[in-house]
Amino acid sequence: MNSKLLTGVLFAGALGFGASQAMPTPAPGDVSIKDFSFGPAAITVPVGTTVNWHNNDGEPHTVVSADGLFRSAALDTGESFSFKFTTAGTFKYVCTIHPRMVATVTVK
Amino acid sequence: MTNNENPSRRAALKCMAYGGAGTLFTLSGGVLMATDLAQAATKKMHHAHVGTPLFVQISDTHIGFNKDANPDVAGTLKQSIALINAMLQKPSLILHTGDITQLSKPEQFEAAAQILSGLNVTDVHYVPGEHDVSDAGGGKEFMDRFGKPSNNKGYYSFDSEGVHFIALINVLDFKPGGLGILGADQLAWLKDDLAGRSSSQPIVVFAHMPLWTIYEPWGWGTGDADQAFDMLRRFGSVTVLNGHIHQIVSKVEGNITFQTARATCFPQPKAGDGPGPGPLKVDAAVLPTMLGIRSITYKPHPATMTIKDTSLA
Repeated sequence: MNSKLLTGVLFAGALGFGASQAMPTPAPGDVSIKDFSFGPAAITVPVGTTVNWHNNDGEPHTVVSADGLFRSAALDTGESFSFKFTTAGTFKYVCTIHPRMVATVTVK
Repeated sequence: MTNNENPSRRAALKCMAYGGAGTLFTLSGGVLMATDLAQAATKKMHHAHVGTPLFVQISDTHIGFNKDANPDVAGTLKQSIALINAMLQKPSLILHTGDITQLSKPEQFEAAAQILSGLNVTDVHYVPGEHDVSDAGGGKEFMDRFGKPSNNKGYYSFDSEGVHFIALINVLDFKPGGLGILGADQLAWLKDDLAGRSSSQPIVVFAHMPLWTIYEPWGWGTGDADQAFDMLRRFGSVTVLNGHIHQIVSKVEGNITFQTARATCFPQPKAGDGPGPGPLKVDAAVLPTMLGIRSITYKPHPATMTIKDTSLA
């Protein structure tokens, strides 16, 4: 292991600590939309979980699954969308207004 | 990647160098002409000299937007319409290159229709932006209102004054990473549409998202547009008009001129400036200089399109 990798690990740890101090701990099925990204970008939840997306950004966003399983209308600032996952699998979704915003929900 | 610089950003900045207000282009074989809308309105420009006012492009009206960057998008759209209605030589067509609404809500489409009914040009053509197909029905609200010419497909063509107009849709599906795509069905349709058409017929292509890659990290481009341009390259005059990025960026490649337009709602940052392509808040006094419309005049023999951007200032 070289020192560069170690620094990377330490840096990531520090970031994680900072983030948890700055925001209240979200529920496992909560995804926040902020600064043109879904956070966390990858979540893992048990079958039967209802995932809630909340738009905390100044811009409208959508939550649309790649395989057509779920599709929100445009969410303005402060609006939310929920979907209950009843089957296991990995579900990729995007914001169709800003399609570089890509994230996944893994259901186990 | 071996290069430290992001090549798409560098390319975008290079493109930016060509942009700017009031840029004029002569597309093929003609004399380079400078026009000014105010001059034309005082009849100093003779009709035969400039050609026929062919159409006006209006883009990104975002009716329903109400945040700081412009709390009165209805007002700036009305000002844009007043500019068009004040043109002494009326164009026969208006092309709206999308993002009519902010959130695809029925009441936003209705408010937009109400304001746009103030245009004294009745032949208005629409292509959707991604904001217009962000309803839970994935575009149903747009198609219910504007889908008829394209049989709800979003792409169609028509002729006016000898010019062939092609409306394309690139906001329904995306490449991983965010570029818009046209898709195999639309490209096959385009091939049929162009087959047997004389290369001397001027072509105007309009779609919401840029049909060339301006800035890939923000999805400012269309992933499979090259296939469309392989079909269009043989034509002597191709004008490609887009919206989406709320600022003028242009590029000339052979006989093809690419131009994005200003919005009537609010400006957006230059490529890569900030976290993403959101509304850009500027001073109230500066805002009208960054909003506006575009008029295109056409003169045949040789086919010459003159593009004029006019701000609300």
